[in-house]
Amino acid sequence: MTQYRVLPGPEHFLPPSAASMGIKLPNPGEGHIHGVIVPEEQAMEEAARQFLMARVPTIFPGPLVLWAWNEKAAKKATAVRHLYETIKECVAPQQKPMLIPMPDYRPKYPKINPEVEINPNHPNLTIWHNKIDCCMFVGVHCHQANLSLKIIRGGTNCFTIAMCAQAGHEDAMLSFRDATPEKIMRLAEWVRKLKGSVKPPEVVSKKEKSAG
Amino acid sequence: METKSVIGTQNKKGQVYTDARVMMNEAPRTDAFFTGSEVIKEAVRRASVDVMIAYPITPQSEAAALIGELFAEGYIGDYFRGESEFAVMGQCAGAAFGGARVFTTTAGPGTMRAMENFPMWAGARLPIQVIVTCRGLNSPLSIQPDTLEISYLIQTGMLVWHAETAQDFYDWILKGYMVSEEPDVHLPLALCCDGFFVTHTKDTVMLTPTDMCLPPYDPYRSPVPCMDMECPPVRMMRDPFVMKSNYISYATHASWQQEVWAAVERSRKHTIAWLDGLIETENGDADILLVASGTAVSQGREAIRLLEEDGIRVGLVKIKTIRPWPGEEIREATKNAKHIIVPEFNVTGWLAREIKASIPDTDRLVAAPHVFGGMTMPPEIIVSEIKNALGIRTEVLAGRG
Repeated sequence: MTQYRVLPGPEHFLPPSAASMGIKLPNPGEGHIHGVIVPEEQAMEEAARQFLMARVPTIFPGPLVLWAWNEKAAKKATAVRHLYETIKECVAPQQKPMLIPMPDYRPKYPKINPEVEINPNHPNLTIWHNKIDCCMFVGVHCHQANLSLKIIRGGTNCFTIAMCAQAGHEDAMLSFRDATPEKIMRLAEWVRKLKGSVKPPEVVSKKEKSAG
Repeated sequence: METKSVIGTQNKKGQVYTDARVMMNEAPRTDAFFTGSEVIKEAVRRASVDVMIAYPITPQSEAAALIGELFAEGYIGDYFRGESEFAVMGQCAGAAFGGARVFTTTAGPGTMRAMENFPMWAGARLPIQVIVTCRGLNSPLSIQPDTLEISYLIQTGMLVWHAETAQDFYDWILKGYMVSEEPDVHLPLALCCDGFFVTHTKDTVMLTPTDMCLPPYDPYRSPVPCMDMECPPVRMMRDPFVMKSNYISYATHASWQQEVWAAVERSRKHTIAWLDGLIETENGDADILLVASGTAVSQGREAIRLLEEDGIRVGLVKIKTIRPWPGEEIREATKNAKHIIVPEFNVTGWLAREIKASIPDTDRLVAAPHVFGGMTMPPEIIVSEIKNALGIRTEVLAGRG
């Protein structure tokens, strides 16, 4: 049993992949939090809590849900939008939910515009620029999601969530597997359910903000 | 096409797409007396392979030719001969990028000639299966069994399994696709055997029904986009990391490599389920353990029988997969052993090195006997090594190789 835990960084100049540290993926009906396997409902509750605690809770939808390439993708996109709207409704005024797409995986140089997109080759730029402290990947191909999640863990203190349609992601701090539109809607229900029971982040003064 | 949706329907040859667990674990089996090459053909007949690309090199040529017959019979979507092993592996990548289930075979110098493609396959997350019928590599030329090429393959990021028998070969070709196509794995598999010993000898093999076949490959479960010409890994040479010199591109490439090896780690769970463990042990509580892979296991079994006649009890650890490496399993299996004997069909003793890196008290390990260049490994020389380790004097088996 590994002692390694998948925690917000910055972890290392080049952090290890969580799989190489002995973190295992959940089985159907399960999720993981920090690399520890938990029942899916527990992961739902914790993900909702993280969204509600964050200053900038953000969803990063990838190509698999951004384009209506089949009926399921369109339904999933609607569910993602619903989750985003729910988070917006449930957070305090000082919180700033965002929905930033990862439209493709092309390496873009010299750099992407972090206001409008995130790229798997340097996802930390978008996290840093927007001061994102909690994010969820959905509809991103697994290989590209793992690249992003590991780079984010290496260089930022962002809490990462993966809503994966396949087997899940060890490199996220919290992961679901077998994502469906219904599962995403259920997460939105959890956000609504926990509204008011989670302490929002304190307001940051202008002075603190300028101090970085 | 979603894989689950076709279960129970028929392909154009009338074979029923069957849940792989049902086909491999529950379906009735019939025996056949086949060479290893014929067994490869029979496994591929049931594997719903879309594309097979062939190039002749002994000792895999016969299997490659037999699969051509399968194409003529209509069991394979496409089949052609490449210009060289290097070309074949590149063409395999092209077919896999396009979403096909791909199969090929190679051996010895062919493996080495194609080598550049193997880390490319792994990096591109292409679940191609290549049968490697291991043979000698170096000059002067040898076509005889020698497992040295496995030591190169294990650094590529591919899954590497080492079959002992034709039965292993049959089952593992089919199960191999199930492991390597899992979305959290999605890596190529080098399914190795000791050339000639397995490919050109006949053995009784229990076959699954001819009218059942694996479900087709579903490229939409791939962890990278299928046929996306704008993004890596398909788009390799324009824009991506290779053309840039900056921290971001280096860090991305490093993370990419880590992700490939993470996928090898993830294959553990699936491989254990399909192969019933990464290792197999017999008399695991014995003070002396013989740890081997491939046909060295078979020779070891006979040596163990001979030693039993002398009242010496020896256990056996058969290593099935080299990648993923069963380090923990070997550590646990050998924890009480006083002597660990590792016989190998190669000059460098790569298996012994891997085992030494995984166990404590490595002075327990005897990296011998080693034979190579096509030499056979008479069980008596294994017996001799074990007796030497026990301090029992034995006769030299000169001229018996």
